[in-house]
Amino acid sequence: MSEESKRTTGAQSETRAGKFGEYGGQYVPEVLMPAVEELADAYERYVLDNEDGFVDDFRQRIREFGGRPTPLSHAENLSERYGFDVYLKREDLLHGGAHKLNNALGQVLLAKYMGKERIVAETGAGQHGTATAMACAYLDMPCEIYMGRTDVNRQRPNVFRMRIHDAEVNPVDVGSGTLKEAINETMRDWATNVEDTHYVIGSVVGPHPFPAMVRDFQSVISEEMREQSRDQLGQLPEAVVACAGGGSNTMGAFASFVGSARLAGAPEGSQEPAPDVDLLAVEAGGSSLGVDKAEGYAPNSASLSTGTEGVLHGARTKLLQTEEGQIVESHSVSAGLDYAGVGPELAYLVDEGRVEPVNVDDDAALEAFHRLSREEGIIPALESSHAVAYLEEYEGDGPVVVNVSGRGDKDLDTVIEESAARDIAGAPTMEVFEE
Amino acid sequence: MTRSEIRAAFDDGPALVSYVAAGDPSADATKEYVEALVDGGTDVVELGLPFSEPVAEGTTIQNAIKRALEAGMTPEAYLDLVRDLDVDVPIVCMTYYNLIYQYGDEAGPEEFVAAAADAGISGFVVPDLPVNESEPMYEACREHGLDLIFIVAPTTTPERLESMLDRTTGFVYVQGRLGTTGARDEVSENTPEALERLQDANVPKAVGFGISSGEQAREVVASGADGVIVGSAYVDIIADGVENDLPTEEVADRLEALAAELKAGARKGLPEPERK
Ligand SMILES: Cc1ncc(COP(=O)(O)O)c(C=O)c1O
Repeated sequence: MSEESKRTTGAQSETRAGKFGEYGGQYVPEVLMPAVEELADAYERYVLDNEDGFVDDFRQRIREFGGRPTPLSHAENLSERYGFDVYLKREDLLHGGAHKLNNALGQVLLAKYMGKERIVAETGAGQHGTATAMACAYLDMPCEIYMGRTDVNRQRPNVFRMRIHDAEVNPVDVGSGTLKEAINETMRDWATNVEDTHYVIGSVVGPHPFPAMVRDFQSVISEEMREQSRDQLGQLPEAVVACAGGGSNTMGAFASFVGSARLAGAPEGSQEPAPDVDLLAVEAGGSSLGVDKAEGYAPNSASLSTGTEGVLHGARTKLLQTEEGQIVESHSVSAGLDYAGVGPELAYLVDEGRVEPVNVDDDAALEAFHRLSREEGIIPALESSHAVAYLEEYEGDGPVVVNVSGRGDKDLDTVIEESAARDIAGAPTMEVFEE
Repeated sequence: MTRSEIRAAFDDGPALVSYVAAGDPSADATKEYVEALVDGGTDVVELGLPFSEPVAEGTTIQNAIKRALEAGMTPEAYLDLVRDLDVDVPIVCMTYYNLIYQYGDEAGPEEFVAAAADAGISGFVVPDLPVNESEPMYEACREHGLDLIFIVAPTTTPERLESMLDRTTGFVYVQGRLGTTGARDEVSENTPEALERLQDANVPKAVGFGISSGEQAREVVASGADGVIVGSAYVDIIADGVENDLPTEEVADRLEALAAELKAGARKGLPEPERK
C-alpha cells in the first residue's frame, strides 16, 4: 500500500503515503490514525491545492503578521574574513524571533479551516511553543504547550512569553525532561482529545503528513532565497548552509532547491530542482561524536551524520539509539538542536547524496555566536550559530547563503555562563557586572 | 492457517488477558508475578518488552517501563525470561516497533519474530504499528505461525476496521476509550457500541484500557466482550510493592487475588445458562 503512486508535480521525493524512499511513514497508535488521515487529506486540499484560498490567506498573514519577506543580508565583514561572499537569510527578523512562526501560523490556520477547536504543541527551547502561542492568540484558539521540566528551567523567558500569550504550559517530569519527552506527552494528549484537537508539531518530524506539510510551510524561506539571490547576487548561491535539529529550518532553506517544496502559489520556477546548489545541514556535534551505548547517552545530536535507521515519533528515520533500539539522551549546548531524531526527508536526502551532513561542536558554535554578534551586529540563536560556525570550514568560492534561523536573545544566560566556563575565544568579559 | 493457541484460550468462557512489564522491578520478580497471575485464572499473558518512548502508555505503565529499563531489561533478557516461564497459557509480546525492527543483524522484524517464536511467544501487540505499516511484521508473524493482534480504537473508521480484521488472528484488542492506558473507576460508556461494531468479526473480542475491578470485568463481558485485558491495575500493585519494599511473595499473592477477582467478575458477565 505504501510504495504506490508518486505525485506527479515536480521532482518529488515522497509518495502519497508519505514515504521518502524507505523513510517516513505513519507509525502511530491506531487511535490517532484517523486524525492523521484527516490531516493528510486537509494538507492535500488546502496546502497543495489552495482550496478555499487557504494558501492565499496564509501568505497574506505571514506577510502582515509575520513580517515576511525576511531580508537576505550581505555580511560584508564575514565575506572579507573568508574571502567569499556570505549572505544571511534573516529568519531572526521574523515575528517572534525565529523561523518557527512560518510553520506554527500555517498549522494553526489549517486547524481553523479544518474546524478544530483546540491546539496542543510540544516545545524544546520554547521557540516553537512561543510561535504557536502567538499564532493561537492571533487566530483566537485555545492552546496548551508541553515542555520538559529541564527545558522549563533553562528557558524561563520563553515560558513567560507563552503564558503572556495565554497558553497553558504543562511541564513534563518523566525521563530527562527535554524535547523527546515533551513530544511523547503531546502525542498522549492528542490521543485523548483527538476529536477536537490539532497537534501543531514543531519540526519536519512525526507521521505523514507532518514532515511534508511543515516543510511546505517553511519553504517560504527558500522560495524567497531564490528570488533574492537572483535579484541581489544575480545568480543562485553556490551553497546553502542551515543548522539541523529536527530539520524544519533546514528543509525550509533547502526545499526549493531540492525541488520538493509544494506550497501553492510559489513564483514561477521557484520549485524546480536546482541541483548545482550545495546543501549543507549542520548538526550539533556537542562535546564529541558517537553514542555511549552502555550509558545510553550521546554527547551530541548528530543523528544525520552518525545515527542509524529506526522508528521514532511516527516516522522511520535516522536516530541516536543503542544497538537494541532504545532511544538515547542527546546533548547540545543549544536546546533547539537537542533531539535524538531528525526529519525523514533529510535522512533520505543524505542517503541520496543531495544533502551533505556536517557538524560543529559546542565550542565552535559559541565562538560563532560571538563572531557574528561582534562582526556583523547580529546576535544569532545558538542553533543558528552552528550554521554560522560552519563557514570556518567551508572550502568553496561562494557565494554562500547561511540561514540565520533565529535570534539569540533567548540564549544570553546560557552563552554568558558557558563562554566563561569554557574560555571561549572572542567572548566579552562580564565579571565586572556581577553582583 | 491453523487455529491459534491464543484463540483457543478464549474457548472456555470469557478470557482474562493480563499485562505486566517484563523486568519490573526485576526479571526474577516478573517470573513470579506472571506465574501468580496464571494461578489466579489468567488465560493469556501479555508481557511488555520495555521501550524508552512508550507513547501509548499512561503514567502507571510509563513508570513500570522506567523501573524495568533501570533494572537492565533488554530484548535478550526478555527472551530468556520467556523461556524460563513455567506457565501453560499463551504469551503475547507487547512492545514498540523500533525494538522489533532493530533486533539482530538485519533491520526489519524477521529476526525478532523468529527469536520470539523460538522462545515461546505466541503473538504480538505493537501499539505504534498501525495496519497500514504492518506488512513486513504481518508476513514475519505468518511465517512463524504467530498472531499479530491489532488494536481497534474508538476512532477507527469502518474502512480501517475492515483492513484490520483481514489481518487479525488470535483476538482483536478493543481499546475501550480514547487516550492512553491507565486504571479507571468506570467502564467507558462507549464499550457496548464498540463491541457492536465488531459483531461480525470472526475472532474473539477483548476489551482493554481502564479495567481494574471484577465489577468492571463483569460489565464489559455483559456488554458482549469475549475477554478483558488488564494492565495498569496490576502495575499499581507492583509499584506499591516497590515503594513499600514488600516481599515478592506478598506482591505475587495480591496479583493472584486481583486476577481471581477479575476472572470471577468476567464469568459473572455471561448470561446465566452459559456460565460454567
Ligand atoms: C532558532 C532555531 N533554529 C533551529 C531550531 C531547530 O529546529 P529545526 O531543526 O526544526 O529547524 C530551533 C528549535 O527550537 C530554533 O529555535
